[in-house]
Amino acid sequence: MRAKTAENLDIAEETRIKPMTMNFGPQHPAAHGVLRLVLEMEGEIVERADPHIGLLHRGTEKLIEHKTYTQALPYFDRLDYVCPMNQEHAFALAVEKLLGITVPKRGQYIRVLFCEVGRVLNHLLSLTTFALDVGAITPSLWGFEEREKGMEIYERVSGARMHANYFRPGGVARDMPAGLTDDILEWCDSVEGYMNDLNTLFTGNRIFKQRTVDIGVVSKDEALDWGFSGPMLRGSGVAWDLRKSQPYDSYEDFDFDIPIGKTGDCYARYLVRVAEVFESIKIMKQAIENMPDGPVKTDDRKVCPPPRAEMKSSMEAMIHHFKLYTEGFHVPAGETYTAVEAPKGEFGVYLVSDGTNKPYRCRIRAPGFAHLQAFDFMSKGHQLADAVSIIGSLDIVFGEIDR
Amino acid sequence: MPNEALTDLADYITEKLSASVTNYTFIKDELVVWVKTKDIEKMLDFLRDDKECTFQTFIDVTAVDFPEREKRFEVVYNLLSMRHNHRIRVKLDISENELVPSVIGVYSAAGWFEREVWDMYGIMFNGHPDLRRILTDYGFEGHPQRKDFPLSGHVELRYCEELKRVVYEPVKLTQDFRSFDYLSPWEGLTDVQLPGDEKAAVPDHGYVPTEKKVGG
Repeated sequence: MRAKTAENLDIAEETRIKPMTMNFGPQHPAAHGVLRLVLEMEGEIVERADPHIGLLHRGTEKLIEHKTYTQALPYFDRLDYVCPMNQEHAFALAVEKLLGITVPKRGQYIRVLFCEVGRVLNHLLSLTTFALDVGAITPSLWGFEEREKGMEIYERVSGARMHANYFRPGGVARDMPAGLTDDILEWCDSVEGYMNDLNTLFTGNRIFKQRTVDIGVVSKDEALDWGFSGPMLRGSGVAWDLRKSQPYDSYEDFDFDIPIGKTGDCYARYLVRVAEVFESIKIMKQAIENMPDGPVKTDDRKVCPPPRAEMKSSMEAMIHHFKLYTEGFHVPAGETYTAVEAPKGEFGVYLVSDGTNKPYRCRIRAPGFAHLQAFDFMSKGHQLADAVSIIGSLDIVFGEIDR
Repeated sequence: MPNEALTDLADYITEKLSASVTNYTFIKDELVVWVKTKDIEKMLDFLRDDKECTFQTFIDVTAVDFPEREKRFEVVYNLLSMRHNHRIRVKLDISENELVPSVIGVYSAAGWFEREVWDMYGIMFNGHPDLRRILTDYGFEGHPQRKDFPLSGHVELRYCEELKRVVYEPVKLTQDFRSFDYLSPWEGLTDVQLPGDEKAAVPDHGYVPTEKKVGG
């Protein structure tokens, strides 16, 4: 056999590194919860990514089948626990559609207001943890202060920082406490201040751009093929937002823009989310300014409980209250797919009712599920560190993916 | 009333694919189309590419379990057309051991959703390249979303100090699981045959409760 000399040595053959399978997570600071990735690596390059999900699976859909409609609502807070009220909104709208009831204008405006509070809460978390993933700590230190203030607003209106259980079929649980709107306006200004700081500090940052520009590029067609929605879709240049195209509650009354990205990379998705925060602030200010007076929930006593004062004097009100909190209300047989534009994308509820007080089937369509599915093709050929950037830009929360 | 564009669309689809579409209807103004199981791929391909339809976004595939029916499962596809701002729901009925053709060749997004339906309902998708369980535990048995699967499950796990690992054991409940029957002839309850009220006329549609246990 001929000795290997410089002439006949096949460099590529000799330096080929054995493919390695690497386990990423389920406990990893950059995994955004309990994501387990099995990565097939060729050196530092990701060849194939196989996300193993379900570590946070609680059987929400099954549990809802065994609960009344009123009892089912709090499960929606626990799906995407970063913006709980947006999830509740989808379920409330679906139930209202089957019941055929309408929500008074003030109730609708309050819902819009708190949906946008939720959107800001979500984007504050997603943007700052994205920054954390690529090595910047300051945005999260600053951002979480604003986020905490936002959660205090949640607390003041519903009594809970996260699991609000505030939106109900037929309206919202109770009216806002006095003075809350002024504090929300104040908060809007301080979020705006923070976002401007973030833009100065971070958006143009050279290191951040090196980590995100041209990473995880998704073309328009790919985004459609993989069922993307929300900022993931708009980052690829598709102008689609359910708040504009299929307005629910009173979104048609509001004046706001839909920011879209041009390049479809991680950086574009970041920019879309930053711009959306400013749009949300615009909507919140309009909602407060034009907030109508009147009831916050429907006066249909077969769906919404009577006010406490009425129960003290009216037997009928007493009966309604008792029936609503034991048996619950009955939803006529039928089915609907109702979707809202949650901060992460299209969050839909496919609700099948058989005419009783419990849902026969409640399918929850979470946007993050479709986004994480596409992670394999997005990370292919990228370096391991870029995979972390891509996960950061997907904005995934396992509460909703695993359900 | 369903809007006119959607009724036109329904007529158009049934005309073009008369061999595949068995029925269509509007439920709460939403278009629902029933299709033959073997034609589902052709159907979705048509819905995606036809100029009048352009349902380019795959929203969801899921199933509903009706144990009392001969064809037990209803498989439901939700699609969205961004160009026409329409939604459509495509349904097919299958029995327990029937296979459904995978639509992964039409929409890449279907992959995980079909895996989830397999995991939760045990419906097999023919031609799916990677039909593994997705949400349940490694080595899980059964299909939890089926109506005959108990809410508590069959096994529970705990960390065993002696074996120094997690062990699986049959579920032991300190208190029996109680399912209360609150159904009463209250307003709004029109479609239901109530237990103890068998003399009344049986509603021609809706839910008929069977052997409900009252109390513990």
